[in-house]
Amino acid sequence: MLTILFDGIAYGMLLFVLSVGLCVTLGLMNFINLAHGAFAMAGGYLTVVMMNWYGISFYWCLPAAFIVSAVLGVVLERTLYSRLYDKTHLDQVLFSIGLIFIATAAVDYVMGASQQIINLPAELNGRFEFLGASIGVYRLFVIIICGLLTVLLQYVIGRTRFGSRLRASVDDRRVARGLGIDVTGIFALTFAVGSGLAGLGGALGASILSMDPTFPLKYMIYFLIVISVGGTTTITGPFFASILLGIADVAGKYFVPSIGGFIIYSIMVLVLIFKPEGLFTRSTRR
Amino acid sequence: MSAVTSENLRPIGTPSEQLVAAARWRWFEFLFWGIAILCGLSMFAPMLGFNVPIIPSKMMLMSEILILGLLALSIDLCLGYAGLVTLGQGAFFGIGAYTAGLLAKHGAGVAPLSDPILGLLAAGLVAGFVGFATSFLVLRGSDLTRLMVTLGVALIVEELVNKLKDITGGSDGLQGVMSSPILGIWEFDLFGKTAFWYTLIVVFVCFWFCRRLVNSSYGYSLRAIKGNALRARAIGVPVNARLIQVYTLAAAIAGIAGGLLAQTTQFASPDMVAFHRSADSLLMVIFGGAGYLYGGLIGSVVFRIMQDFLSNITPQYWLFWVGVVLVLLVLFVRNGIIGLLSAAVSRSKGAGK
Repeated sequence: MLTILFDGIAYGMLLFVLSVGLCVTLGLMNFINLAHGAFAMAGGYLTVVMMNWYGISFYWCLPAAFIVSAVLGVVLERTLYSRLYDKTHLDQVLFSIGLIFIATAAVDYVMGASQQIINLPAELNGRFEFLGASIGVYRLFVIIICGLLTVLLQYVIGRTRFGSRLRASVDDRRVARGLGIDVTGIFALTFAVGSGLAGLGGALGASILSMDPTFPLKYMIYFLIVISVGGTTTITGPFFASILLGIADVAGKYFVPSIGGFIIYSIMVLVLIFKPEGLFTRSTRR
Repeated sequence: MSAVTSENLRPIGTPSEQLVAAARWRWFEFLFWGIAILCGLSMFAPMLGFNVPIIPSKMMLMSEILILGLLALSIDLCLGYAGLVTLGQGAFFGIGAYTAGLLAKHGAGVAPLSDPILGLLAAGLVAGFVGFATSFLVLRGSDLTRLMVTLGVALIVEELVNKLKDITGGSDGLQGVMSSPILGIWEFDLFGKTAFWYTLIVVFVCFWFCRRLVNSSYGYSLRAIKGNALRARAIGVPVNARLIQVYTLAAAIAGIAGGLLAQTTQFASPDMVAFHRSADSLLMVIFGGAGYLYGGLIGSVVFRIMQDFLSNITPQYWLFWVGVVLVLLVLFVRNGIIGLLSAAVSRSKGAGK
């Protein structure tokens, strides 16, 4: 029982790191980037390539995945995404679905359609017993890393000057711009960090989530659930939403495997019906 | 839609005369359906001694294009006229396919039950009912919420189809769908000749119905909602009721399209409900241009032929090219192929004057 809770939390933490960038960019620019998963996939595949082809240590792969995905993110943001901010949601959705298709086919072409497997360092394998729960070392590692990241993010957004500018821009883009805040710059930076985090999440999750070319489509729905449940105005909302989703998904698959995906999809639809702005949002209407 | 309708609504006569003028059949419409009929007639070419190497062997492909066109048409009704975005039309397509498939499978022998046309009506009814039941979900929220809710509904249906193995056959698909002859006269043949004519007629009837609908005052009220729901409500358009109706109708049409596919391919599988089905059909509408009715039909022709062509060159990587085309379309082209064509036509007209 505790094991399930623990695995669920680890999974949820991972989901949070994967999707937090999407939440912030959606809240900031009102831009639906369904292709967010593609950045996570980039990080995951980079890890696979670095470890399996060049034998580079797993620990180096994590920062590398972050940096490469971040650079990829900022390049795409400046060249393509920035043209779409004024277009309709439908255009944005179609555009990012197009990007997903391109990424999926490209990865399929280069790496093949099969699922990629990485061998974690020996010290991260194994399990130990703690308070009657069987705890996987690697999952503990994931929780620690993601936990640190969450604290760091919370600090940056809550306490620094950049964070207050970001929050101001999310709350009201026009007024923030009027106050002399460089919203475009902030957005590019946020997009880069969000993509980087997704890449890092992909690298961390390469051994837990299945890493194959359909990854962006498969996990798109999870990201959307996190957003719809957590809302886009804070990062604590998505955080709790991710943890809840992680636990619900792991528990659901464990206890009632026959109806597996139902639970989470139904939860998403229900939440969207009754609280279209998300469960954890402050009730600020603009 | 601006290019065509503004041209259509030249200030001549009374408003009702203008509406009638806007609803007139135009030459390119005759051209479109004429080509479709010619494609069907080409199957007789070998009998007459002509050698048309490609077309007769592509009967099944052409039926599929028409069916996908019908699915895209149902999306166009939502998106292009009422401005209702949906990413879950595949759900209704799949529901229709399974309804028709199950009827044909279990109704075999009991003649009236397995009649294809009755099957289609049932497919439309069931899908329409589910559409009606879920239409209340799309009334609330923004485009984003709608996209996610419709996607969620589609995923739930897909999950259902996969899990209810006893009824649907699970991931193996529904085997043994045998439709009885249409009206007890025309038997489905191996090469899909009957299937093609059957499809063409059904699609045309559905299209004709939609065409009447969107050119009626009802259709104009839908466009008003697309333009601005708040103002439409202010001038007395019952916005929510209209949205529920059009969503239900679109679901029913998608169900009929699904039923057609199940009957003509004698198969129904979870693939028909899958996410890519919804996404593809939305892409077809965007390819062709939303808000013209023909957009979806033309989009499906281009899309399916492109798919056939590209996957012959680079099997399974055709998704890449679809992605590229999609990105380019969003960035540079408004209103898809029809938008491009009508822009070209009006430009050449302007040059002629």
